Amino acid sequence: MSKMPRRTFLRGAMRGAAVGVALPLLNCFLNENGRAFAATGQRLPLRFGTWIWGCGHIPELWIPTTTGSDYVMPPHLAPLEPYRGQLAIFSGFDVKLDGVANKPHITGCLGLRSGIPVPDENVKAPTLDVLIGDAIGTGTRFRSIEVSTSGIQRSYSYRTAGSPNPSEVSPLALYQRIFGDGFQDPNSMEFHPDPQYMVHHSVLSAVQEERKRLMATVGAEDRHRLDEYFTSIRQLEQQLALQLQPPAPVQDFVMPDAPPQVTLDSEMENVMVIHKLMAGLLARALQCNQTRVFNVLLSDTTSNLRRRGTTTTHHTLTHEEPVDPALGHQREVAWFAQQSMIAWREFLDELASIPEGDGTLLDNCLVLAHSDCSIAKAHAVEGIPVMVAGASGRIRTGYHMAGNADPISRLGLTIQQAMGLQVEKWGTMSMETNRTVTELLG
Amino acid sequence: MIPKRRYALAGPALRCAGAFSFAACLLFLLGGLHGCSRDGGSNAEPEPVGGPPLVRRLTESQYRATVADIFSPDIGIPARFERGFRVEGLLAIGTSESGMSPFSIEQYDSAALSVARAALAADQRDRILPCAPPSESEFDQSCTRSFVTKYGLLLWRRPLTDEETDNFVELAQQGFSQLGNYYEGLQYALVGLMVAPEFLLRIERTEPDPDHPGLERLDAWSRATRLSYFLTNSTPDAELLRAAGAGELDTADGLARQADRLIASAEFPAAVRAFFEDMLQFDQFGDLAKDPVIYPAFNSTVAADAREQTLLTITEQLIDRNGDYRDLFTTRDTWLTRALGIVYRVPVATRHGWEKARFAQDSEYAGIQTNIAFLALHSHPGRSSPTLRGKAIREVFLCQEVPPPPPNVNFSVVQNPSSTNMPTARDRLEAHRTEPSCAGCHRIMDPLGLTLENFDGLGTFRTRENAAVIDPSGSLDGVDFNTARGLAQALHDHPETPRCLVEKMYRFAVGRDTVWDERSYMDYLTNAFAVDRYRVPQLMRTIALSRNFYAISPPASPDDSYQHAGIQPAEGDTYE
Repeated sequence: MSKMPRRTFLRGAMRGAAVGVALPLLNCFLNENGRAFAATGQRLPLRFGTWIWGCGHIPELWIPTTTGSDYVMPPHLAPLEPYRGQLAIFSGFDVKLDGVANKPHITGCLGLRSGIPVPDENVKAPTLDVLIGDAIGTGTRFRSIEVSTSGIQRSYSYRTAGSPNPSEVSPLALYQRIFGDGFQDPNSMEFHPDPQYMVHHSVLSAVQEERKRLMATVGAEDRHRLDEYFTSIRQLEQQLALQLQPPAPVQDFVMPDAPPQVTLDSEMENVMVIHKLMAGLLARALQCNQTRVFNVLLSDTTSNLRRRGTTTTHHTLTHEEPVDPALGHQREVAWFAQQSMIAWREFLDELASIPEGDGTLLDNCLVLAHSDCSIAKAHAVEGIPVMVAGASGRIRTGYHMAGNADPISRLGLTIQQAMGLQVEKWGTMSMETNRTVTELLG
Repeated sequence: MIPKRRYALAGPALRCAGAFSFAACLLFLLGGLHGCSRDGGSNAEPEPVGGPPLVRRLTESQYRATVADIFSPDIGIPARFERGFRVEGLLAIGTSESGMSPFSIEQYDSAALSVARAALAADQRDRILPCAPPSESEFDQSCTRSFVTKYGLLLWRRPLTDEETDNFVELAQQGFSQLGNYYEGLQYALVGLMVAPEFLLRIERTEPDPDHPGLERLDAWSRATRLSYFLTNSTPDAELLRAAGAGELDTADGLARQADRLIASAEFPAAVRAFFEDMLQFDQFGDLAKDPVIYPAFNSTVAADAREQTLLTITEQLIDRNGDYRDLFTTRDTWLTRALGIVYRVPVATRHGWEKARFAQDSEYAGIQTNIAFLALHSHPGRSSPTLRGKAIREVFLCQEVPPPPPNVNFSVVQNPSSTNMPTARDRLEAHRTEPSCAGCHRIMDPLGLTLENFDGLGTFRTRENAAVIDPSGSLDGVDFNTARGLAQALHDHPETPRCLVEKMYRFAVGRDTVWDERSYMDYLTNAFAVDRYRVPQLMRTIALSRNFYAISPPASPDDSYQHAGIQPAEGDTYE
């Protein structure tokens, strides 16, 4: 380190007095129509998130009987009536297995998210939230935030096999991670960069100086892993760089209160409470630019949800509960499926409750909601239920579309395109597609 | 995408599709994929095979132990570690395959910062620093250099190069000039050492092997590191580093001296615990939940105590008594707390803490497979699961992999558990046996699990389920029994029991799956284990002193058998 290291650009700034660094700032005030910052003309950022619920749906209670915009809300989608215009419903899109063994509750979920069905958790490509995060999530404090609301530390967000982006399971831990140490109130009138951050930043820069030398000492497989390590270090360096800039003011931002201690388990009533708390925190984090990408796991794909005092989980019920002859479906399973849609509605409520520009945060979020299978009893990956919400004016919503057994990767492709990624085709083998869902892009 | 390291020789897979008869299945099980047994008299280590040099991530317990050993056990590490990645049944193998997410780097970074602050706090720095700088408002170049040299060696498990040392000295100096305090500058040099890949990852390095021209071997520092994490679950101590630097690990005597020293050390039990925590999948305790209405006795104290109970039983039997591993499946000796006593329905006199106990002679509690830690972990939140328990016994203790259920099974034949027609698990599982696509595998799992049905989903003994008397009869690979004690004896006597332990221990030690060519080495270890009357510390010594433990295989050609990406059934399960 006899020469000045390329990356240690803050070197020489003395004891925090001088912050003479060019900062790509989002300056400050919205223009008259509220869709862009006046100073820069930059539009409000479009965020991306996924929202997963486990064990699919009961088709006759979930799939609208007609396509297009005039469909009648089926019973399980009824809670979403207020969002009809901001919601696109997709039925009948398939994960194509091409002979790959269907690992129940995994293959469908990861096939949908990565475009490649796998017989296990070893994804063969990044999940689409990571692809989108690479494009839009690099300028924020967190590249993405993952939460799981049923007490189980699972995640279906992968850059590579073997290291999922782990989920926060506790609202309090989530709060502390985002709004605790290192959080800067965007509307604070004063800004004093902490010189500790500068030094810390140079440390991370110095670590990266060793990248090339280290890469040369390990084999090809481990180079991929080291590469992932350095990508993560870069992200952290980015976080620290942001600490040295005054945060962009955020209209209507209110610092959230610390959430109460709650029981972290998979009992449905508790899950609804945890989910609502975490959704609220996530919405605030998005509002004040802490992240632009998120993944919410309401219940594990092998749904661990249960009712207090009962011996069986949602997942077990899908296999074991007899069909109620009067109803024509499994009564208890239907209850969990319905609760899941109520939770989805509550998630949208949290995004929509935050004003942003002349609309709400939901208008500036594209949220992909999906499950892991269609009919859980048979682990069917044909017709996995999918919904896309939000992003007003940037995508077209307000209809039900039937996929007619098209590969579900069409949706993943289109969503990446809607998020501004230059991608023409996505997926492999039967899942490979270049067919944009033009109805969604509008 | 990381190409996966996969080896040709996994544990014997169970073939149990409906087409296979039970007899065929059984033959396969017993035959296994093993090489020929050698005769016990001439048990010598075969020519080493080895594997590639690995890049292994420190586990959470290794990270914590390492920091405690280098700085102080009193330094708290307030980080939330990302969950381990289980491959081929072991997190240890996952350490050489998993990547590192932004979340984990965030956590490592904040851990490094708090360790550095604590280590260089006013009340600690005199003990930590190898020298005394004149004042905190002055930069002391030579003290910084000796600090970086000392802690660089300890943290990176090898000496730093001059250039590396210069870099960290400069970081400290830069920190000093920005923060105006010598110790604060030093803190950031320490943070740099601790977020570097050389600390977080055990990057194994090789050198030309003088005895085998053309081949590579691990360098002394990498050998020391393998040895140390295997035998102490922590970083090489000063003496081991000295021996490595002096070339003593290159000789059989020098290696034996160090291995024996570590096995006799106070850290050795931590290594045995780390192995069994991994083998018994105790990371699953993180997700363990029980329905409070059905199991009111369950709480986080019970969970923590249950985990500790099994580990105490194991270390007492294997280390304190230097006893036979197989007796873990039959032992009545145990350790209890009041919280556990409530679940086991055994009075515990000690109000706080642990007491040694022995389950009654006529009790069904015998062996660690009847501990709460096993019974509750392999159950559902609201009920027991013969299938999960049977699967766990096969996979955890016998290294027999049960294939995942076929995806398109019609489960509707399996009825509601509270149904009055099918009051017990046996009644409900009967349905599986009539469904050909289920029958093959369930025949392998259920007879074991059904014998444990006398323990409910938490582990409390019961004789009835939904008012019906439970029939606990079952069998294991041709041995029939009708009590949990019978299962205990069958596990104790099963020929795969010691072999499985040997295989898992070796995979744990090297952080990779075994390869086909290592089967005669496995036979060697298994024979040695038997000769040593199934003593685990002795087995660990045999591994630590074997040439194969350190051997580096020739560079992989593109079509090398362990480079191909294979398709393996994943971890996790969806059996009920």
